[in-house]
Amino acid sequence: MSKLLLIAFEPIDAESGAPFAQRLGLPFAILFVTGSAVTDLGAASCLEAGLAEVPPADGIAKGLASIAGGFTHIAAVSSMRSKDVLARLAGLLDAAMVTDVIAVNSPTSFNRPIIAGAVIATVEVLASPVVLTVRPAGFGQPLRGGASIVSPISMDVASKVTVSGKTARGGSRPDLTQAKIIISGGRPLKDAETFERVMGGFADQVGGAVGATRAAVDSGIAPNELQVGQTGKIVAPDLYIAAGISGSTQHMAGIKDSKIIVAINKDPDAPIFEFADYGLVADLFDAVPAIQAKLKE
Amino acid sequence: MKILVPIKRVVDPYAKVKPLGDGSGIDTGGMQFAINPFDEIAVEEAVRLREKDPAVEITVVSIGAGECEEQLRKALAMGADKALLVETSEVYDSPSVAAELAALALELSPDLILMGKQATDDDCNQVGQMLAARLDWPQATFASKVEIVPGGLRVTRETDTGEETFELPLPAVVTADLRLNEPRYIALPGIIKARSKPLDRRPPLTEPRLRTKTVAYSAPPARAAGRKVASVDELVAALRERGAL
Repeated sequence: MSKLLLIAFEPIDAESGAPFAQRLGLPFAILFVTGSAVTDLGAASCLEAGLAEVPPADGIAKGLASIAGGFTHIAAVSSMRSKDVLARLAGLLDAAMVTDVIAVNSPTSFNRPIIAGAVIATVEVLASPVVLTVRPAGFGQPLRGGASIVSPISMDVASKVTVSGKTARGGSRPDLTQAKIIISGGRPLKDAETFERVMGGFADQVGGAVGATRAAVDSGIAPNELQVGQTGKIVAPDLYIAAGISGSTQHMAGIKDSKIIVAINKDPDAPIFEFADYGLVADLFDAVPAIQAKLKE
Repeated sequence: MKILVPIKRVVDPYAKVKPLGDGSGIDTGGMQFAINPFDEIAVEEAVRLREKDPAVEITVVSIGAGECEEQLRKALAMGADKALLVETSEVYDSPSVAAELAALALELSPDLILMGKQATDDDCNQVGQMLAARLDWPQATFASKVEIVPGGLRVTRETDTGEETFELPLPAVVTADLRLNEPRYIALPGIIKARSKPLDRRPPLTEPRLRTKTVAYSAPPARAAGRKVASVDELVAALRERGAL
């Protein structure tokens, strides 16, 4: 019988991935690699590996392979980590794999974006098991209720790789992939200090996250982890305010699931105006402070 | 140290691509082809490692039709020592590519396989990891920095919240992210000059076994056209009305 194993590297992944699991319609188990199980997501069972942190890919993929037997579908929310680990898992299982699923047609047919989101491919799965990474934006919120049975599980996750360093950038702003409001800027922000002052100040006023274009990141105006787009973060906030962003295909591919897109740009012909729900032709250095002042009224 | 760099021929990553009207494929009519940009970064990184250590030997390999020679010649011009074209007209999905590369790796025994994190045409981000799994080699994906250190490699990658650094023994698979380096520019004369470097054509060692098949290609749904607002006041009023601010 068909069965899904949803892998949650952190408990929040289970909540993001559950709507996909519910949409797929197969009985499913959730494996919590770290942290405690979330038991009201409709899973037939929850497995807790109880690891303090996620081991390097070779170790965790081997561990996952040891418990994947019996599952026809193995999925996780798309992220750098899930792509790292699940593609290796697919290699170990000699499985089919579909990356960045955005829609389910049937348990063996999925849609995914290709060529930086310019084309949607419909992919038929011809082998079992199939390993999937899933973009949660298209699947809505999970239906909650009930209480799954929780069992501990042990895995051998020995790795040949040593993690020798980890640096975390601090900060109190919400994560880009979770934020309800994102204030995003492009190269017109000039330098890192201006970017942080103008975009950061606006974001803090509305309790939002700060995003940036690839051009802004490449020119050192914004730190890498703020990059939004096909090659950066895929986001889906309620409100995305793009200031000084022209609207390249690769940037738009990362924001098109936002509920409301606002574009502020000096250039009335900027392509982003074709996508934005509200477009304001203005210099962002005038418009952003004016919006902030208006919100304080 | 022997480095193997698999490269993929992809449609010009900067061209505007559309599905064919009947949904059977991508309209590549009149388009240029290039080395997958992430693979080009991998070639560049291999060449930079050789610039620090002349004992590094770089082989580039591509799986596909005869035209892939164009991309292999470019990689040779960038500084690779030799090229292999695994010539086939058949479709290879990611697991099949990984299986062919694994068979090649067993024959060529490289110390390091350095490749792009994903191809810009199918955006799969699968082959490097599948290859590492098949070979039972350690992997470091999304690399933003690669250093040869005693005992192996030190690889850094940028994560959602900062940086991670890994130490891994060789042989290993490393996949390149955008910010690993900026590939050098190669003018046409450089590519012509590289024609004297060896490029061997050979049949595949493995048969492709498709585990997935793309059956339709469509345009993404367009967002409904929005409207221009005349002033900040009008914008804020509209956003407040929708409860967005």
